[in-house]
Amino acid sequence: MTISQQQSDSLAAAEPPAKLECRSVWKLFGDGAERYPVDGVDAADSARLARAGVVGAVRNVNLGVREGEIFVIMGLSGSGKSTLVRCLSRLVEPTHGEILFNGENLLAASPKRMIEIRRHHMGMVFQHFALLPHLTVLGNVAFPLEVQGVARAAREARARQMISLVGLEGREGFFPRELSGGQQQRVGIARSLAVEPELWFLDEPFSALDPLIRREMQDEFIRLQSVLRKTIVFITHDFDEAIRLADRIAIMKDGAVVQVGTPEDLVLRPADTYVAEFTRGVARAKVIRAGSLMEAGAAPAGAPTVEDGTPIADAAPLFAGGAQDLCVCTRDGRPIGRLSRDAVATVMMQG
Amino acid sequence: MSETAGLSRSAVAPVVSVRADGGEGRRWQAIWGVGLVAFVLLWQFGKPYAGWAFDIPRPWRIPMQRWIGDAMRWLVEDASFGLFTFTEFTRFLAGMVEAPYRLVLGLLSTGILDGRGSAAVQLLPPLSWIAVIGIAMLMGHFAGGRRLALLVGGCFAFLAVFGQWTSAMVTLASILIAVPIGVVGGLLLGLAAFRWRTFERLLRPVLDLMQTVPVFAYLVPILFLFGFGPTSAIVATIIYALPPMTRISLLALRAVPEEAHELGRMTGCSRRQMTWRILVPSARPGLMVGVNQVIMLSLNMVIIASMIGAGGLGFDVLAALRRLDIGAGIEAGLAIVVLAIALDRLSQAFAGRRPEHEAEGARRKNLLARHPYTVAGCLLVAVTALAGLVAAPVQAYPKALQLSTGSVGSDIVGWINVNFFDQIEAVKNALLLNVLVPVKRFLAGLPWLGVTGLLGLLGWRLGGWRLALLVTVLASLIAFTGQWEKAMVTVYLCGISVVIACMIGIPVGILASTRERLWKAVELVIDTLQTLPSFVYLMPAVMLFRVGDFTAMIAVVAYAVAPAIRYTAHGLRQVNPQLVEAGIVSGATPWQLMTKVRLRLALPEILLGINQTIMLALSMLVITALVGTRDLGQEVYIALTKADTGRGLVAGLAVAFIAIIADRLISAAAERSRQRLGLNDTAGGRA
Repeated sequence: MTISQQQSDSLAAAEPPAKLECRSVWKLFGDGAERYPVDGVDAADSARLARAGVVGAVRNVNLGVREGEIFVIMGLSGSGKSTLVRCLSRLVEPTHGEILFNGENLLAASPKRMIEIRRHHMGMVFQHFALLPHLTVLGNVAFPLEVQGVARAAREARARQMISLVGLEGREGFFPRELSGGQQQRVGIARSLAVEPELWFLDEPFSALDPLIRREMQDEFIRLQSVLRKTIVFITHDFDEAIRLADRIAIMKDGAVVQVGTPEDLVLRPADTYVAEFTRGVARAKVIRAGSLMEAGAAPAGAPTVEDGTPIADAAPLFAGGAQDLCVCTRDGRPIGRLSRDAVATVMMQG
Repeated sequence: MSETAGLSRSAVAPVVSVRADGGEGRRWQAIWGVGLVAFVLLWQFGKPYAGWAFDIPRPWRIPMQRWIGDAMRWLVEDASFGLFTFTEFTRFLAGMVEAPYRLVLGLLSTGILDGRGSAAVQLLPPLSWIAVIGIAMLMGHFAGGRRLALLVGGCFAFLAVFGQWTSAMVTLASILIAVPIGVVGGLLLGLAAFRWRTFERLLRPVLDLMQTVPVFAYLVPILFLFGFGPTSAIVATIIYALPPMTRISLLALRAVPEEAHELGRMTGCSRRQMTWRILVPSARPGLMVGVNQVIMLSLNMVIIASMIGAGGLGFDVLAALRRLDIGAGIEAGLAIVVLAIALDRLSQAFAGRRPEHEAEGARRKNLLARHPYTVAGCLLVAVTALAGLVAAPVQAYPKALQLSTGSVGSDIVGWINVNFFDQIEAVKNALLLNVLVPVKRFLAGLPWLGVTGLLGLLGWRLGGWRLALLVTVLASLIAFTGQWEKAMVTVYLCGISVVIACMIGIPVGILASTRERLWKAVELVIDTLQTLPSFVYLMPAVMLFRVGDFTAMIAVVAYAVAPAIRYTAHGLRQVNPQLVEAGIVSGATPWQLMTKVRLRLALPEILLGINQTIMLALSMLVITALVGTRDLGQEVYIALTKADTGRGLVAGLAVAFIAIIADRLISAAAERSRQRLGLNDTAGGRA
């Protein structure tokens, strides 16, 4: 425990500054939404909101999304996660608060500046794909560039690159309805990447897909992110998906953020029973990482090595060769500790 | 009142709702009782004391006709924008329409001319009939494959073989001009209404009026502003076809999914890009339905438009009707139908056409491979044009090969008249004496005040005070503009026709709803009935029954029966199959199943069908003015022949008011019964 604490502290110190920050953001619906005082102590209280006749879709949310991380916003339907991501991209106008993108308050940006930001710095993938039915795959992927007025040859070249990135070569001339759901979402992903966005929003991108295809697309997404290293805000209602993909997760309930943390934090230290309810069925071995379970000291020479970010479930097979200890190292190969067979076995047996 | 009832009904406690219902029901019984007694007293004994409740004294009347006439005169003679007068402006618009029309007409019919009138010299001959048929077939093949190509080719060949080619091409030319303007105009209005709520709120009542005012009524002002000729006819057609296109555009734009909007905003679309790159393409399937509607409505207008100079097939029908030449009339009428079928199927095929990907590398191929249809069309035009110079039959379909049904139609009617005259006459007289005349007398004797009061009461019951107010105001306006008596004749003719149409249509719909093959056949028949231009119904009716109310009634019934059948069958067919199964499992006989389950659940839909039947009946009724009715339609028609704008518009508005009253009351009733059945989630609005 203590090691992991130190670990995350030192990590936090070295953490890049927040790419996207949202400060006390509110989105209220209803007649008195504008007048509702949000600075009161119990302003976020459901009963008070109800008395004022307003619905709090997003209540006093504070978040920071760091550069290059996958930040997952998880919540059940009606928890306000979709509204929140639309506030972040300003598709929905928040009632109160500030949204800082690279230090610039988006809510103060002029419509012209907003168009500029969306054209060059943001990409979004939609739950139901939102492909334009009258355009081919190539046309759809090139669409954001076309809107910007990029010349035909240049935008099509770029679109072809993106199409091959998501593995749809040969389908450039197809129309959306001729593709399967998974393929359609690949097109949606390619399109959102065409402008090389710094900030990538994915709104339940895999929810409309079959479980098998969903799994495949998640793998694809992990592969893409290992190449692209984008700053990602990913919305899902599926906790397993969140755990698989996230660097950090924000859990939402009734428009408010209940807890923000790494998958590990959520599983090991749930903030309340609501979070605990989600994490109960999660296999610890898939969440706990080698870095948090390792002990100080060097592993015997010749021991297999694992990166500190590897989940225990993936590290366990390395003991099959009979080793008692694994060497834990950073991504750049610097050894930082050892992982003992017993510790791993204990975690594995907890399920 | 009804709101609290609705609330308690939706609440979980059924006992409360029953009690509330019972109390409310008793109160309404009392109100109705008092209302009816007051009405009967006024009707029977009120005349000596309150004559004004029966017949509005002259000084009280609103001189609407004069006002409109004066306004029109001012517009035409004095109105000016400073630099140019209003008339000059409208004539300029007319010119804008006329130029492309002349070009298309030249291509299809007259050839490209230099000069005007008899001094004109033909510079280029028109497209050969073979080329036109060929192009139509190519379009058919492109949009719908070989079968459609053959159908469209057959339709156009029919026009040539039966000697309707020249007229048909004139009609086609005016449609080719009217449809794009109507579609673009409707789309723009729809976009404006979509973007600005206020605009939509202003537009809605205008659209309602435009769709219910009989076309005849606005022919006169158009005549004044645009002059007699094809241009006026095109303008009238556009005005007629614009409201449905606007409505459909608005619906289609509203149906664009929210994600598409978000996509547009996230990619940083400007407003214009949002509209033309995202919204309009995404709404395309819905918009194409609108295009089809505009085409069909334009064809509907062909005959009426020929009254203000459209020429073509419509003029042929009208002329035949005037000289009661049934053979010629039916041939020209059939030609309109054939044209309608061809254009309908073509536009539907284009609407349903979904893009397919091409094999990679198609881009690099030659011109022919890339645009096979365009190339083939151009070749066809060039070859036939050259061949036409040497061989006349290629240029124009040879007269010697033309067929004509000639006198067959007249012969049949003549034969029926000779052999069955007495029987037909007997039926006609019996109906006239026992049904038509008594109803007419009854309605004519009712006091306007009482009728208006009852309508208001009904409106209040069905839709609350707003509806009551609307209905009362509209009915009073009819009375105060001095149209009451004629309006009652309209109501009587329309009412009887609708009752008969429902007596035929609803049983047919019930029968067809459970029998798949019968339904197929019935659907084909009613589809055809609805493509026939309304005038076509008049001719056989006149030939058999001569002029008069009875003839008008027959024509109206024939025209208006289709929606009664369609909505009944549709309503019955969409009843939730689980409920029917529940009925079967409970041991219901087929009769019980029909009366206790299916008809009850289909009631809202059937009500909408009756509503549509009334609307069609009213629009047909105006046309039957040609066969000598004495109602508002006649008033409009007379105004048209006398070019009296005020008179025509006032009578036209009265017809529109009747339509709106009927429409609002029945829609409210349908809405109520739907709410009571809890079917609101399936409420799709009326078609």
